[in-house]
Amino acid sequence: MAAMGDSGSVGVVRTEYLTFAQPPAALELECGRELGPVTLAYETYGELNARRSNAVLILHAFSGDAHAAGYHEGDEKPGWWDIMIGPGKAFDTERYFVICSNVIGGCKGSTGPSSVNPETGLPYGLSFPVVTIRDMVEAQRHLIDHLGIEKLLCVTGGSMGGMQALQWAISYPDRVALAIPIATTVRASAQQVAFDEVGRQAIQSDPDWMGGDYYGKTVPHRGLALARMVAHITFLSDASMRQKFGRKLQDRAEYGFDLVADFQVESYLRYKGDSFVKRFDANSYLYLSKAMDYFDLSQGDGSVRKAFAGVKSRFLVISFSSDWLYPSYQSKEIVSALHHNNVEVVYSELQTDAGHDAFLLESDALGRLISSFLEHGSNGR
Amino acid sequence: MDVTRSNAAVNSEQQLNHLAPEHRLIVELVEPGTRVLDLGCGEGDLLKALQVEKQARAEGVELSESCIQACVAKGLFSVHHGDLDEGLAEYGDKSVDYVILTNTIQVLHRPLLLIREMSRVGKKCIISFPNFGHWPIRFQLFFQGRMPRSRRLPYEWYDTPNIHLLTIRDFRVFCQEADLRVIREIAISTSDGLCRQVRLMPNILADAAVFVVEEMRPH
Repeated sequence: MAAMGDSGSVGVVRTEYLTFAQPPAALELECGRELGPVTLAYETYGELNARRSNAVLILHAFSGDAHAAGYHEGDEKPGWWDIMIGPGKAFDTERYFVICSNVIGGCKGSTGPSSVNPETGLPYGLSFPVVTIRDMVEAQRHLIDHLGIEKLLCVTGGSMGGMQALQWAISYPDRVALAIPIATTVRASAQQVAFDEVGRQAIQSDPDWMGGDYYGKTVPHRGLALARMVAHITFLSDASMRQKFGRKLQDRAEYGFDLVADFQVESYLRYKGDSFVKRFDANSYLYLSKAMDYFDLSQGDGSVRKAFAGVKSRFLVISFSSDWLYPSYQSKEIVSALHHNNVEVVYSELQTDAGHDAFLLESDALGRLISSFLEHGSNGR
Repeated sequence: MDVTRSNAAVNSEQQLNHLAPEHRLIVELVEPGTRVLDLGCGEGDLLKALQVEKQARAEGVELSESCIQACVAKGLFSVHHGDLDEGLAEYGDKSVDYVILTNTIQVLHRPLLLIREMSRVGKKCIISFPNFGHWPIRFQLFFQGRMPRSRRLPYEWYDTPNIHLLTIRDFRVFCQEADLRVIREIAISTSDGLCRQVRLMPNILADAAVFVVEEMRPH
């Protein structure tokens, strides 16, 4: 096993772009509409081996992007999964060729509602077609073809990234050796849809949202920040908030009795909301949350088992004990469906107080599990 | 790549040599090419031996995340996190050839529930447990008047996972209660890292037992 102590950084990295699906060969979407041309922002770390058999596709969660590891020139903060990707880390870039791309519908370099529609010369806004998890995977498939990779060693991601990992294994059973869906589900639950809807309503009720036509004007700052505040609560847990904030006051020694933020947790959420607005597009929030809500592998006859019938990958399914947004029972559903299809699956529920966000945090248990699975799981694949 | 593979072979041989004596006995009891489910599979030593020596389709259930990771590192890819006290709803009737429970029945909260689940899921069940009727245990209770401790049951009464201790005779009665037919009963003595069968007065002279049972056929 890779020594976890010896871990390093992939160093300075750059985002690359692939544009494809030029009309009339536009990308056909699940909703029946077409999208083209499509640009995907992506990054790669490590080297593709001669047999092209060591590629790992990282699939980001709702607010993630292609920048998973290393540093952009001049940046102080590394990519969003830098703790897991790099020399000697779980996704060891000295052994694996790691790829991460921004999803379509996003706002971090891939085609989304904030992109310019070549037909009109204006941002798509709400004229952007509704995309699904399957559409995201379809777009990534073009990237993987472009990179000359016939079979991925591994697809992995947490939350919305986990949905894509499941979809990859189902859509392309012969092109995925190993799948590691983390803190995810086969279908969005009523509770998940409910929180997403609160976020969408927060954005759409901001007067600055203007029916999605706010580009070049004032962005719906309040709505998007509020959506993020609510969502952020769902990523944590009661225990982690109690440990982190308790009832500690912010910048004052006593209650103010003045309706200004007294508590640290309040100012923390405000900070999270405000900083999110600087890096995320409100319309992308609407589209991506909708993509997650539509996700349901049991579509059609309601059978999750059937959805996994043709799957050939070996699976490592991971959940977190304190995750109340994607509770462990949802991972068990994945495991159960795979098990009934005689697919090999390792399932581990990791004990943590960190809630849904646990997959983004430093964790020896998660790192060791993944590196073991990558190292041994590919034997005989 | 070849170096890695030969290392792996050496490792698995070492693992097999280190197999607990009782696990060695259980490996011998399993028919080749069968599907086995080890409940509380720990770091997967028994499963690995069954996979290598008996070409078994080896599956395990385990509560500890570090044990699950150890199983993965051994090349076991059908291991699930699960609490045995919640039953085996995941598994269909008679879907597994052998359901194995080693040295674990005494820690369960509801042994009867799990044993019924095991016999529903497995064509055969293999169960091993420490024998609380073993003479040194009887002597400790009788002469010292204290809760016994032994090599196999080393815990203080207030700090033990072993909440449902039993004797070999208890288990026979328990099988009747659970509508199980005993196919084989092997009482063993496992001191010195060896595993010797005990034929004379097993409930007194054996420190453990391995039972092979199956569900009583409906009349």
